[in-house]
Amino acid sequence: MTVEKTQRASYDGVVMAVPVTIPYMRYSIESAQWWIGRALSALVAQAGIKSLDIDGLCVSSFTLGNDSGVGLTQHFGLCVRWLDTIPLGGASAIAAVRKAARAVQARDADIVACVAGDANHVDSFRQTLENFSRFNQDAVYPYGAGGANASFALIARNYMRTYGVTREDVGRIAVAQRANALRNPNALMKTPLSIEQYLAARPISDPIHLFDCVMPCAGAEAFLVMRDDTAASLGLPAARVLSTIERHNAFADDPMQLRGGWAKDIGELYAMAGVTPDDLDVVQTYDDYPVITMMQFEDLGFCKKGEGAAFVREHDLTIDGDFPHNTSGGQLSVGQAGAAGAYLGLVEGLRQVLGTAGPTQVKAARLALASGFGMINYDRGLASGAVILAGPAR
Amino acid sequence: MINPIDPPRRKNPLLRTRLPASPPRARSRKSHGFTRAAAEGRFMLQRCAACNTFAYPARDACPSCLSADLPFVDAPRRGTLLAETTARVPSDVYFRERAPWRIGLVKMDCGPTIVAHLHADCSEGAPVRMSFQLDKSGQAVAFARPEEETPNMDDDRQWREMTADPKFRRVLVTNGRSAIGLETVTALQAAGAKTVFVGVAEPWRPFAGEQHLRKLDGIEIVALDASDEKSVANLAADIGGKVDILINTTEYIRPGGVLDRKGTAIAREEIDHAYLGFLNLAQGFGPAMRMRGADGVNSSAAWVNVLSVYALANWPAYGAYSASQAACLSLSHCLRAELRPGGVKLTNLFTGPVDTEWFQMVPPPKVAPRAIAQAIVAALKSGLEDVYVGDVAEEIRQRLAANPKALERELDR
Repeated sequence: MTVEKTQRASYDGVVMAVPVTIPYMRYSIESAQWWIGRALSALVAQAGIKSLDIDGLCVSSFTLGNDSGVGLTQHFGLCVRWLDTIPLGGASAIAAVRKAARAVQARDADIVACVAGDANHVDSFRQTLENFSRFNQDAVYPYGAGGANASFALIARNYMRTYGVTREDVGRIAVAQRANALRNPNALMKTPLSIEQYLAARPISDPIHLFDCVMPCAGAEAFLVMRDDTAASLGLPAARVLSTIERHNAFADDPMQLRGGWAKDIGELYAMAGVTPDDLDVVQTYDDYPVITMMQFEDLGFCKKGEGAAFVREHDLTIDGDFPHNTSGGQLSVGQAGAAGAYLGLVEGLRQVLGTAGPTQVKAARLALASGFGMINYDRGLASGAVILAGPAR
Repeated sequence: MINPIDPPRRKNPLLRTRLPASPPRARSRKSHGFTRAAAEGRFMLQRCAACNTFAYPARDACPSCLSADLPFVDAPRRGTLLAETTARVPSDVYFRERAPWRIGLVKMDCGPTIVAHLHADCSEGAPVRMSFQLDKSGQAVAFARPEEETPNMDDDRQWREMTADPKFRRVLVTNGRSAIGLETVTALQAAGAKTVFVGVAEPWRPFAGEQHLRKLDGIEIVALDASDEKSVANLAADIGGKVDILINTTEYIRPGGVLDRKGTAIAREEIDHAYLGFLNLAQGFGPAMRMRGADGVNSSAAWVNVLSVYALANWPAYGAYSASQAACLSLSHCLRAELRPGGVKLTNLFTGPVDTEWFQMVPPPKVAPRAIAQAIVAALKSGLEDVYVGDVAEEIRQRLAANPKALERELDR
């Protein structure tokens, strides 16, 4: 007997609003609770609501210690009737909007606050590496303690060799993002980056070099999910959720990761949204490493498998270019504030389609795609997801 | 191809000795299936008893069929190196001091992919031979070596971190009067040990092989009576800082158990020599060895005990002796834990009756002293923790695993 896979129901009536970024700091003595508190405060202030109007909460963080979402409700004086804690690393934001969307559709909640925030103390990052997951503890961390850099180095090397990709090809992504970051006042990386500088950077775990790596930092990101009628009654500009996908442990039989779970689901992603990749005005990929972004260009349908390098050579990925991508500068140039790194692209994409991105605004951006990728549990990133959003102008 | 390592230079007494750091040590309980394999030099993976799928890393359910019946079994060692990387700025003190450090992802012929430390001669796309090794934290890690032998293979920098190779090291053999001790000295010299200190109690008494020993370069005969606390302390004060490997060949073998002996005089001798001798040696030499675990090419590396396999199951014909060996075995586990922060291995060799005078009336098979010596060197070169030498020891190991009660009854004959 085979189980029929059914078509998922539409996200009709679900909107996202109030993109919030609490500007990042390289190091901060504040806790994750502090950062999440700032994000909630900004959500409430910008939405013009009271904190008790929030009746759903979805939180992601690596550094909350013993706190779970329920502890945070008391900490922040919330009284919610729907609560979720999402530990999916770089896929947390996509998973959050998906879960929150169904909650407001089913009226389990009316206003869901989706928040991610992390502290970065001097020793936080090493501790996160050490305690990442059981497979990582047993079978990766004892091998050089290189963290994600070493694991992604293996994936990058295999991908680059398989498809004849050079460091220069990959570097174009990082260089374009730095150009975008120079327009984002909240980006931590404030100096221009040339391809020569990218190529001359010191090796970290070959072929990963310094500018292939994100800088761990502290910060928070957030947004609200509600029904369109709720947004209208509050007078909030909002973006419609057209379509989403999520997938975990896809292609487990591939000996090494050359593709992510998106490749399994993009047919449904674009079909449900009623758009094609060419229709998108702005794209925000999950850029923990630029090679992973290149992989996403293929798996999200912008080019065929193995053509990511050519795609990058043929397009201008900057804000004013023909393929505006990671317009905030992405994690590579803004910084990776732990789980907030998952939110960075989605929150920026939301700003873009709402027309409120300010200095990084892409002209007439109405349709955005944001993707997530996360949890290198053992030898590959397990979680993938994507969202397509439409602004009020579309 | 790698170059042979250079002999270590004379140590500069003005420089601080680098303290031993430990690689990451945390493991899940299930993952210690690999620790067990590594201790004995076996290559074991989990294979589902229901669907025969091999799995890695250690799991509590089969990823193919969700069965919980996932025993560790001996697995084929062959795989192919898919991709490698060199970690240059690790976040951990141990690896940071040893960077650059090379690792890779190996696709096993039997299915799983394994992140492994790489021998320098491994190359991408080429076949590798896999083992589990005990690293300086004492935990198991996967290690990939080229399938074929390559020149100077054992001199590989990363491999040497996993082993206690006698090459260029200084070794103390605690009892040079015994046949095992003498054979061990010869085997260590052949393996490239720089100096072998040979302990001899009451050195004015001549012993077989003495004249030959005295003529050899790199051999120093030293006065040592392990059962005498003062003798051990004197020698440790003299050479304690330059003993990189200690091989405890102290022995005191007498037949008999409990009821056929009168009083405790012989038992006291057995305990004095075997157990308290071991304790004296550990207190004399252990602290300096633990400090010197990262002291260059000739860092301290291992402590070896030669024990009777009847430490594991009492043999009433040599019942009191078996008990003294069981005491030594228990103490060895304590010492192993205490040496661990120094990255110093503790290896136990279990032997059946040895072909010497004190087992005169025991019928064969008996273990030749030379076989024990060769097993000691092999264990050091491959970094083992538990070694069973000879057919009797191997059989006892298997019978003990199969049914300890059957073994107990059958040893009573």
